This record gives sequence, structure tokens and C-alpha cells, in this order.
Amino acid sequence: MSTRILELRQGILNKNDELARSLRERFRAASVLALNLVSSPGTGKTAFLERTLRELVARGVPVAALVGDLETDNDAKRLAASGAPVRQINTHGRCHLEAEWVAAHLTEWDLSGLDYLFIENVGNLVCPSSYDLGEAVRAVLLSVTEGEDKPRKYPGIFNSADVALITKWDLAGPCEFDEAVARASIEAVRPGLPVILTSAKTGLGMDEWLAFLAERRRAGPVAFARPGASL
Amino acid sequence: MHELSIAHSLVELAARAAEQAGATRVHEVRIAVGVLAGVSVDSLLFCYDIVTRDTLLENSRLSVRSVPLAVWCAPCAREVELPDLSGFRCSVCGTPSADLRAGRELFVESLEIDSDAAPTGEVART
Repeated sequence: MSTRILELRQGILNKNDELARSLRERFRAASVLALNLVSSPGTGKTAFLERTLRELVARGVPVAALVGDLETDNDAKRLAASGAPVRQINTHGRCHLEAEWVAAHLTEWDLSGLDYLFIENVGNLVCPSSYDLGEAVRAVLLSVTEGEDKPRKYPGIFNSADVALITKWDLAGPCEFDEAVARASIEAVRPGLPVILTSAKTGLGMDEWLAFLAERRRAGPVAFARPGASL
Repeated sequence: MHELSIAHSLVELAARAAEQAGATRVHEVRIAVGVLAGVSVDSLLFCYDIVTRDTLLENSRLSVRSVPLAVWCAPCAREVELPDLSGFRCSVCGTPSADLRAGRELFVESLEIDSDAAPTGEVART
């Protein structure tokens, strides 16, 4: 009998990370740009995604979505009205999506004809930041009805994002939302992060957003490797 | 609260490694957690005691090494450690940097185990 140190140096979430890697490979092989939408509950992820799907479908762009919620398929029904194929993931109490559930909901789904796959995460600014879903783009949403300093309060998720979308811009005036303060707090935790002002209601920012998507899809995932993603 | 999921992953991984190494008991599990990993250490410690019940890791200590944030500063041409999460800019010259070099770690460093098997390449302790 001896007491000894067993060196491991293994990622605690390596099972999730390996699955995410194989999903990323599958997305790349199918030339589909996968996006992970993250935000607090109530930021308007579903309304924003609804508008995005509608705009893309209207332009004849093949697109699909997975939507995560604790319970109900309300969001999937809402999104399916756009005409795009949509699947609901119910996490039954869990606060984030994991690669395993994404993979399970993609079985028998032919991705090869798609340009974009949107994955709407569970509304939460903490837990989803630890779980790679194989996405090429992580979009973090912040609404004008939240505080401008939210990025400073949740640096982990904002730092891990590839683009920030400020939603409900039609309410910016009544909410006295200070754009400069919001931009400064995003810049503090993720220098250089692209920011797009949007409104799902008026369509503000949709052209810029769709151009951003097209550019990322054209360039492929390698051109936009997320800083620190390999840590 | 995803620390329960993380504790499950941790225990699964550590228990398998301990078993493969022929461990009869695990004294300590040492992990590294970056300050930006999004993990509450208190919650993780709480979950750890629950999740390790009836496993090889039962009654083992979880010791956590916190890894500070570091970014690469291009003008200074070196990695700079940041004192907190309030601003991703070089603490020497003030240049903003999104080039994260440390702070997202979440891994098991080592286990302290009892085993009957002869140690192979690891550090034996008396």
C-alpha cells in the first residue's frame, strides 16, 4: 500500500468538449454556420430569432433552429411559424444546453442543405458560458430594458461571445438607455467585440445582422477563432 | 446553478482515473478553476460532498486552485496577469486586449490516492 499523486490534467467538461468538437466538424462538413444565442431570460432571444428566421426564409435562405427551454414547446411553435424547421429541447430544470442534447436533437436531421443553424440557449448569463455546443458563432444578446453595465456584471459570457446584439432598440428612448455606456461596458470585458443595435419589432439592424452572418459563413470558422477558446 | 452538472462530470472522470490506477482510496482531488470559468467554488464544494457519496471519492477533499486572468499584450510583447475581471486591458501600458491566455481553466490537476499497485512514473509519497 502506498500513497501517491496521480497526475491527470484532464478537462472536467472534456466529454462535452469532445462532443462539441465532433458537432463542429459535422457543421463544417455540411457548410452550415451554427450559432449559439445566449442572454438573460426576457432579453428577446425568441423574438429576435423569429424575425431573423422570417427574413432569411423570405430571401430563400435555408435555415433551421433548435430552441432550449426548461419546459414547454411554445417557442418552437412560435419559431416554426416562420416556415423554417425547428426543434425544441426541454432541459427539465437544467439551466443551460449541453453538446449531448444538441447532438441528440440533430439525429436524422440532414444539415447539408442548410446555410444556418441557430441554437437558442436557455435564458441564463452564467451557466451556458461553460458549455461549448460546437457553434462557430456565439451571439450574446442584451436588451435596452436591462442595465447598460450588464456586461461588466457577467464578464464570462460577454468575453466568450463573437458578437453582441442590443435588442429592443425601439424602447431605447423610453428606457433612457445610454448607448455609449453600454458600448463601453462591452468593450471593457471584450475589446473589439462587434456590436449591432437591433429591434425585432421595427427590423432595425437586420440588414447589418444578415450581412454579418453571410460574412462569417463565407469566411468559415477558422478565420474567426474565438480568443481564449482553447483554454 | 450548473455546479451540480460540473461536480458529476468531475467525479465521473476522477473516479474512473482512480479506478484505472488501482486506487483503494482517494484522499484529495485537486482541480484548477479559472476566474472566468463561470464556476462558483462554494457551490461546487457543496455539490462535491453529495455527488461523491457511495463512490471511490467519498470523504475525499476537493482542493481548488484559482487561476487568475491573463491576456497577451501586443505592445508589451508579453502575457500580463489582470488583478480582476473589471477591464481586459494591460495592467502595465493600458492597451485593451481580447487575447485571453488564462482564466477559463476547468480541469483536474491530480489525485492523491492509496493504491496497492506499484507507482509507474508518478511521484511516490511516504
